[in-house]
Amino acid sequence: MMADTAPTPAKQLDHRYEGIAKVTGKAKYAAEFSQPFPKANLAYAYIVQSTIPNGTIASVDRYAADLAPGVIAILTPFNAPKLAQGPPQPPARRNLSLLQDKDVHYNGQPIAVVVAKSLNEAKAAARLLTIKYVTKPAQVSFRERPGDARWPKNPGKEPAGNHRGDVQAGFAKSAVVIEQTYVTPIQHHNPMEPHATIAWWEGEKLNVYDATQYISGVKMSLAKTLDIPVDYVRVINPVVGGGFGSKGSMWSHVPLCAMAAKATGRPVKLVLEREQMFGPVGGRPSTVNKIKLGASADGKLLAMQHDVIMNASAMEDFTEHSAGPTKNLYMSESNSVTEKVVEVNLGVSTFMRAPGEAPGTAALEIAMDELAEKLKMDPVQFRLVNYAENDPSHDRPWTDKHLRECYSQAAERFGWSKRSATPGSVTEGNALIGYGMATATYPANRSAAQAVVRMLPGGRMFVGSGTQDLGTGTYTIMAQQAASGLGIDPSLVEVKLGDSTLPKAPVSGGSQSSASVLPAIQDATTQLKLKLADLAIADIASPLHGLKTLDIEIKEGKLFNKNNPSQADSLADLIARNGNKPVEAMGSAEPSESKDSMTSTSWGAVFAEVAVDKDTHMVKVRRVVGTYDIGTLLNKKTGLNQLVGGIVWSISFALHEEAHIDPVYGRVVNESLAEYHVPVNADIGAIDVTVLNIPDIKFNPIGSRGIGEIGITGAAAAVANAIYNATGKRVREYPITPDKIMAARGLA
Amino acid sequence: MKSFNYERASAPEGAIHAGAAKGAKFLAGGTNLVDLMKYGIESPSTLVDINHLELKQVVANPDGGVIIDALVRNSDLADHPLIKTQYPLLSQALLSGASPQLRNMATTGGNLMQRTRCYYFTDVNFPACNKRAPGSGCAAIKGYNRIHAVLGQTDKGSTSGESCIATNPSDMNVAMAALGAKIEVEGPKGKRTISFADFHKLPGATPWIETALRPDELIIAVTLPPAKFAKNAYYLKARDRNSYAFALISVAAGLEMDGDTIKSAGLALGGVAHKPWRNLEAEKALAGKATSPEVFRRAAEIMLRDAKGYEHNTFKIEMAKQGVVRALTLASLGTSETQGTSEGTQA
Amino acid sequence: MVEWGSEMSVPFCSEPDGEEFGQEEKELEKSGLHFELSRRRFMQTASVISAGIATGLPGVSTAETPGSKTQAITLKVNGKSASLSLDPRTSLLDALRESMDLTGSKKGCDHGQCGACTVLLDGRRVNSCLTLAFAAEGSEITTIEGLAKNADPKEISDLHPMQAAFLEHDGYQCGYCTPGQICSAVGAIEEHKRGALSIVSLHTGKSDHPEMTDDEIKERMSGNICRCGAYPNIVAAVRAVVGASA
Repeated sequence: MMADTAPTPAKQLDHRYEGIAKVTGKAKYAAEFSQPFPKANLAYAYIVQSTIPNGTIASVDRYAADLAPGVIAILTPFNAPKLAQGPPQPPARRNLSLLQDKDVHYNGQPIAVVVAKSLNEAKAAARLLTIKYVTKPAQVSFRERPGDARWPKNPGKEPAGNHRGDVQAGFAKSAVVIEQTYVTPIQHHNPMEPHATIAWWEGEKLNVYDATQYISGVKMSLAKTLDIPVDYVRVINPVVGGGFGSKGSMWSHVPLCAMAAKATGRPVKLVLEREQMFGPVGGRPSTVNKIKLGASADGKLLAMQHDVIMNASAMEDFTEHSAGPTKNLYMSESNSVTEKVVEVNLGVSTFMRAPGEAPGTAALEIAMDELAEKLKMDPVQFRLVNYAENDPSHDRPWTDKHLRECYSQAAERFGWSKRSATPGSVTEGNALIGYGMATATYPANRSAAQAVVRMLPGGRMFVGSGTQDLGTGTYTIMAQQAASGLGIDPSLVEVKLGDSTLPKAPVSGGSQSSASVLPAIQDATTQLKLKLADLAIADIASPLHGLKTLDIEIKEGKLFNKNNPSQADSLADLIARNGNKPVEAMGSAEPSESKDSMTSTSWGAVFAEVAVDKDTHMVKVRRVVGTYDIGTLLNKKTGLNQLVGGIVWSISFALHEEAHIDPVYGRVVNESLAEYHVPVNADIGAIDVTVLNIPDIKFNPIGSRGIGEIGITGAAAAVANAIYNATGKRVREYPITPDKIMAARGLA
Repeated sequence: MKSFNYERASAPEGAIHAGAAKGAKFLAGGTNLVDLMKYGIESPSTLVDINHLELKQVVANPDGGVIIDALVRNSDLADHPLIKTQYPLLSQALLSGASPQLRNMATTGGNLMQRTRCYYFTDVNFPACNKRAPGSGCAAIKGYNRIHAVLGQTDKGSTSGESCIATNPSDMNVAMAALGAKIEVEGPKGKRTISFADFHKLPGATPWIETALRPDELIIAVTLPPAKFAKNAYYLKARDRNSYAFALISVAAGLEMDGDTIKSAGLALGGVAHKPWRNLEAEKALAGKATSPEVFRRAAEIMLRDAKGYEHNTFKIEMAKQGVVRALTLASLGTSETQGTSEGTQA
Repeated sequence: MVEWGSEMSVPFCSEPDGEEFGQEEKELEKSGLHFELSRRRFMQTASVISAGIATGLPGVSTAETPGSKTQAITLKVNGKSASLSLDPRTSLLDALRESMDLTGSKKGCDHGQCGACTVLLDGRRVNSCLTLAFAAEGSEITTIEGLAKNADPKEISDLHPMQAAFLEHDGYQCGYCTPGQICSAVGAIEEHKRGALSIVSLHTGKSDHPEMTDDEIKERMSGNICRCGAYPNIVAAVRAVVGASA
């Protein structure tokens, strides 16, 4: 019965499931719970960080701090309990700073924890600690050290080197070649909600409220780190105040909080200060991208070479695959990429929104613009000439691809045909006006997931899965998916997520949550329908009593006889007659078999218009138009909002964000939201986003490829290319700040 | 933050008395003081809350100018009819700074006392800062110095106990410098008036001394002379965001015009020095001249004369020159005329 | 609607069978997103449980020192007076969040750099993180919890028009900056009603009762950072309320 092969568009919720809770301040984030632990006993922990970039801790003078008001405990490398944790397993379980040794690898590393009755007391006492170090020489910059570049020890999802065809031969026969270096900076995620943990022990069992993108990851990592059974740990996190990758890993503060709770016998709250989010919870590494492209006179790419070096922490390698898009965004006869790391005494690098593709497209898509100009081709036409019909990096088909429609639809909406190809030729008052475009791309990911659904009394439903909602709309689309299974209104569905006792779901990263969790819900509702049908068949009071399971269909909250639709029972009545007892079913789903024979990727085309002030050199992004091929759009409001948010991140990438490292001390100097610039409302012009909404059912039965990350790809280069079109100045180092525009050489 | 006693003052005399205690500080809007207390840079033993003093009026001065009480909030000052019509340069500068919330809190007197945003000052984990720890050196000189000074700084090397290349971050102060404001203060020894040019200090050999205000003195009011630049004023601010960001450079330009001829000028730069940068020679070079790009460029060259940049901030010198020319150009076109045109709107 | 804040109430279904997750671990490993040890490793870990418990985490005890001096204070929040005893260092934001369990006001930076803590103090929007609780004594404080028409809003009709507009226009994603955005927007509309200016007003030559154009809304809402980037929807929400009250 009831085969669910083709995606049926689910009825959409009119507003976010958790929306009223969010606009009224009732939604509780990790640090905001005051039960079920004894609130009166709650203590506050504050992390003390190193102030040198490399060396060892010689001594900690804690005399004054121990006597400070309200102090309960101070954990240092000299007294912290020894943990039986195994070696780290990056990038899964990070190399953490848990006071197990006295080594300092970067400036800002957690080296002690002060626990007090209030946060003010903990912070004040922390300032009274006198820490002496034996310092070692430190390396805090990498760009001038290309000779120290080496292959990464653990490149992660892709190999760090890849070659196809003969690039040297390709360049030799190219009519036009460009070769340039493009630099992207160190960035920090800075979700608005700082990382936060409340930990309390009940005997040997550990409970935590934790701001995380991966409750089951924190659960497993805590168990492993503290050497307790995994079933002894519970992680709860009903709403997350943004994550963008930094909350995808468990960082040091989480076990430190649990250790402090154990040591003091109290519930302990540990919230990172904003300035503590620049190092101890990861960041995107800086990438230096040397890109060489060669093409025939008619614009066919013959060779693409992309060599990257990036910073990696002395503690742990992480590879930002910024050469990734060069391998398969366009069809080229030959291709060569390398990605190498240079060790520095800085905090660990990690996934940040569209790892690889964000900096990769930011670099490659300027290079493509430069080559198009040299070929005297329109940038869109140049991309169409090199359209990849198949995945060139694996020589296999895409599950689906409609990028051509993205180019044409976005170009039309934007008015690309009005672009002047001559840079610096359009002015309005004191502003130079320019248009630019780029391609957006992000792979579609999917993992195994489980879900539980229940038919409740009154025609209501419950759905649960151990996933997370970071503002991504997970609650909303879970309600929709569950409701669509029984054909009921999504407003009748209660959703629960963010609790590690729920059936397991993957990390909310890699744009995979909806693509993973919704098929599991679909499976669960299929199972539920079978159970409900069987319940009706067995129920002598049901009009459907005695029918065969295959004859029963469920929709609009009712069970029907397929062969005689007037023979029907309502779900509410069925449950009521059966003692108002909920009927529960579990479901699971995993990636399809085809995933190794096909490549699934989302696509987009982004166009930007900028105005650059001739004297202040400030840039205003007046408008961005993006059209995306992301498979099925699950909820119009939350989905488009997320794509717009990605574009805002891309504008930020283009113009604003950069962590500046002090060249002597290796500290991030601008570790605040006043000096680490992310866009404010006045920085964002009109953003027009459309999606093709063509289901990719070869990828998953819902046809949806995930949209969390693609928005930040491409648009940065579109802005950079627009600035060039406006000014005739090519800035190849992000962020493109007023001083760089002023200093860049123009065409004249 | 260190513990402190909190006291609320109800009259200036009581405030001055309480403020005379060792380690006492006045709390007005708190937007800078509380911020710095949290960072561990300010640690008063007593906070004297002066927010309830009756110092919240803006009134016309019999001399034709205006008296701004110390506790007038930045947003109220910018919106005040006398200010927005007679001193639009000040309204523009105020509204270019901070955020609406901060402007609702910050006061005129507090803004005068705003301390530098230098990273090496605000982060106590950097060992060298002569402002924070006199004699410790200046980490900014060999550090990341994009937001630092190019004029009037003290640079005797990064290890010297006198060096300081910090800037004053205020926008309001730049306009007040160009307008020729005066500051009325009162202490246990009585009242005195400090000219704006004398109020903020260059670092000299004592970078930790930032103003002429004595620790026991309370700012009562700021007075502005009769308005000369009501019709021709422009505050230009170049920054990394379009709002809610400190200036890379800023220019306050006011012109008193007689037809096409400049009768007198008020000109000050922000973001380039330890205090709002004013050079009377530049103003003199403008007086009596017909407006022209050459005349404006000459004033700009005088303003930036002897400027010295560092690894990351040399751009400020040329950017400030371009900013001076642009601000003077817009001011010369007329406050009401340029506002509302694409010329007046920054891109 | 779930009961927000009662998250511990539902003990749940049993852990799913581990074998079903072997595949997931492999997937994650390939995608570079894998996070934990395989099921087999987990079983091995489970078998050494007892050793783990036995050694556990030894207590790290210090003599607990007496707490800081506190003073009595009465705060008027959302129309109600609350008597507390606070350390003078306490910010209004910490008083609301830690002492009054009014966690709607958010701490995003604690330094007046993000706006997540915005509340209305005597009707004016301010950063509660830079406002000392004692300095706010005597003022009428309105937080996000005090905007709706009743104390426990469940329906759209219970909401303040600005809250309803944010809901309708999806003016948020993660929701963490949202209470500050909404309080700020309510303050901005009041400021606009009494003719307050912005730099956009002056740059566009409107120094008397400027219209609330999109550029005005953007500038006036620039004291509230939204890292999710929901700015266009925030502008739409504010625009809708301006339009409705015009």
